Amino acid sequence: MKILVPVKRVVDANVKIRVKSDGSGVETANLKLSMNPFDEIAVEEAVRLKEAGIASEVVAVSIGDTGCQETLRAAMAVGADAAIHVEADTATQPLAVAKLLQAIVAKEQPQLVICGKQAIDDDANQVGQMLAALLDWPQATFASRVQIAGGEATVTREIDGGLETLAMPLPAVISTDLRLNEPRYASLPNIMKAKKKPLATVSPAELDVDIAPRLKVVSVDEPSVRQAGKLVSDVAELVGMLRNEAKVI
Amino acid sequence: MSVRDYMEYDVVIVGGGPSGLASAIRLKQLANGAGRELSVCLLEKSSEIGAHILSGAVFEPKALTELIPDWKEKGAPLNTPAVDDHFLYLTETESIKLPTPPQMRNHGNYIISLGNLCRWLAEQAEALGVEIYPGFAAAEVLYDETGAVKGVATGNVGTGKHGEKEGEPGMELWAKQTIFAEGCRGSLTKTLFERFELRKDSDPQTYGIGIKELWEVPAEQHSAGRITHTVGWPVDTATYGGSFMYHLENNQVVVGFVVGLDYQNPWLSPFEEFQRFKTHPAIKKTLEGGRRISYGARALSEGGIQSLPKLTFLGGVLIGDTAGFLNVPKIKGSHAAIKSGSLAAEAVFELLMSDGDGREAVSYPIRFKQSWLYDELWRVRNIRPSFRWGLWPAMIYGALDTFLFRGRAPWTLRHKHADHETLEDASMCAKIVYPKPDGKLSFDRLSSVFLSNTNHSEDQPAHLRLKDKGVPIEVNLARYGAPETRYCPAGVYEIVGEVEAPRLQINAQNCVHCKTCDIKDPTQNINWVTPEGGGGPNYPNM
Repeated sequence: MKILVPVKRVVDANVKIRVKSDGSGVETANLKLSMNPFDEIAVEEAVRLKEAGIASEVVAVSIGDTGCQETLRAAMAVGADAAIHVEADTATQPLAVAKLLQAIVAKEQPQLVICGKQAIDDDANQVGQMLAALLDWPQATFASRVQIAGGEATVTREIDGGLETLAMPLPAVISTDLRLNEPRYASLPNIMKAKKKPLATVSPAELDVDIAPRLKVVSVDEPSVRQAGKLVSDVAELVGMLRNEAKVI
Repeated sequence: MSVRDYMEYDVVIVGGGPSGLASAIRLKQLANGAGRELSVCLLEKSSEIGAHILSGAVFEPKALTELIPDWKEKGAPLNTPAVDDHFLYLTETESIKLPTPPQMRNHGNYIISLGNLCRWLAEQAEALGVEIYPGFAAAEVLYDETGAVKGVATGNVGTGKHGEKEGEPGMELWAKQTIFAEGCRGSLTKTLFERFELRKDSDPQTYGIGIKELWEVPAEQHSAGRITHTVGWPVDTATYGGSFMYHLENNQVVVGFVVGLDYQNPWLSPFEEFQRFKTHPAIKKTLEGGRRISYGARALSEGGIQSLPKLTFLGGVLIGDTAGFLNVPKIKGSHAAIKSGSLAAEAVFELLMSDGDGREAVSYPIRFKQSWLYDELWRVRNIRPSFRWGLWPAMIYGALDTFLFRGRAPWTLRHKHADHETLEDASMCAKIVYPKPDGKLSFDRLSSVFLSNTNHSEDQPAHLRLKDKGVPIEVNLARYGAPETRYCPAGVYEIVGEVEAPRLQINAQNCVHCKTCDIKDPTQNINWVTPEGGGGPNYPNM
């Protein structure tokens, strides 16, 4: 069984982002970029399925500028066998990403797509669901446990107040939640070996997908600065402030 | 313990700053030019190249032009030519214009982000075939049976807070020559100094701590290419210190302050001196209404040529600021880093291509002595040591040394003390009361460290090691008033607990890898070792 894992290159989780001074978006120039943490979990899960003898091959795919190749090498350093880079210089929106992945699925013929539930940059949480719909495959989102046996995936999901377990036939799309696994370190020897693994590049035109944006960013603003708290000496002062300053009572 | 993997290279370079990257590039240029195979591997402890790089920086392109003559066509990020130099003496409220010393004139230089220059240099190096591995810290020097350096090993990762787990073993990188390019106060270089007695014929190294912020200011307060340096307030004339302010592109301004670590008053806090410096009317008028977008700090070597150690030893060489090539009066070291890296590369290449079985790149110090870099450093050698007489005598001496003797005075002023020896007892010194940060121009340590994007994996022991656990309270607190809580620009050291039973808490996860504690701790009880690779600050554009 082949598993396809889409990975997105995002601003590193340790880096504090800031809005561009013209409000057109988030400043990314010269910031450290890394693999989306939920995608790291997806790669780890796919690699574990391979190590357990359930999967035969793990292919990572990333969409974006040439920097994505570094992210793909990182995926191969923790165990992906091969990688595909879809070259796109402009930012791709969720529907375009889902269509590109649909085209990659048609070429690669995986039995399973494992993706992160969302990317930490735009928090859209759409690609996995859109891809399942485009492929007309069953989907299980926010997986916290995955078991594959007899052509069927059994997926535990974290829902409000408990766990839900679903079973679905393969091929299918699974999106990963935070507690599915703990990704491993990429060791230096494995990073060195990953340099020699195959990495193919393809353009959206070759996949016959139009990636022109359909959504328009109106504005991006930073959250308003939180006011400092005040210490009050007694209840009367508190009530007075709630009434006169906060105007909530 | 599980066996470590190893890889063999011709050359391993420790550190991806300007010196390490320049030597990698020069090695590959020479090998490719001679049609010879030469494998070069470069390790960098930060998460990516440039992420631990912090410098002013006004950059003199001479050494880069020698290394990569077509840097402009290749898109090197030298975007803001220096336009005008200002040199000010500050009192608490006034600023007085001083003549700009010739070493500080910057015509033909560029205001740059050294981090971004390193990112570009890394691309050039990789294109030439250098293997670069960021995120891996060289934690140990390896020696062969003859006692020569045979490479380095990366540290184990995931060993738990108290080293209780085995974790992932590190990897050994073997090399015919290992080039140490760790930057100021390299932790491996320190061990090499001892093992090969590299410092026995040189003065003690002296250091400074530089603290820097990147600001975005209103367009009308911005003038691309403007360079301002100040001396005087807020530090007294006995303390070597000064500021820099450079206007970059895109309404960005860098502002920073350097304090010589030979200061004597343990109550002094370089961080707070810098914070209050920004409230001076001459500085405030540029920053007011802007926003601070980055923060960081790094120690720098100030000893100059008389403090340079022996540069070579069996199996390796020292380059850049880990050796101490910075030119203090010029306030520049990047050009010297690139030059020393290039010179060492030439010597190492010559050694590796020769038929003999020599293990020491002996032509490196000879090449250095014949280079413009030696001449440049030799001429300014007396300026920094003269500051032990105080600011004004040093300024007068500096003018004489520069204009009358033209750097050729028939004497050399020595550095007599290491910086950790200079602190006086806290009880003998005047306490310094610093104003509270206003949150607009001046800030506290924690909100500052936040902007440095610093992170360390929690699953590792503290990388700031105490040789003796009792010293922080019995000596540092009792005698010097716990100076580490003030000289650390990242709030790593805190005295906590009750008055009767104080203890030192080390918040190692805040560490921005500036190395000041390793330098200034009065009994040298604090030992800075590399944490797991990938940890530390993530500086953008610094």
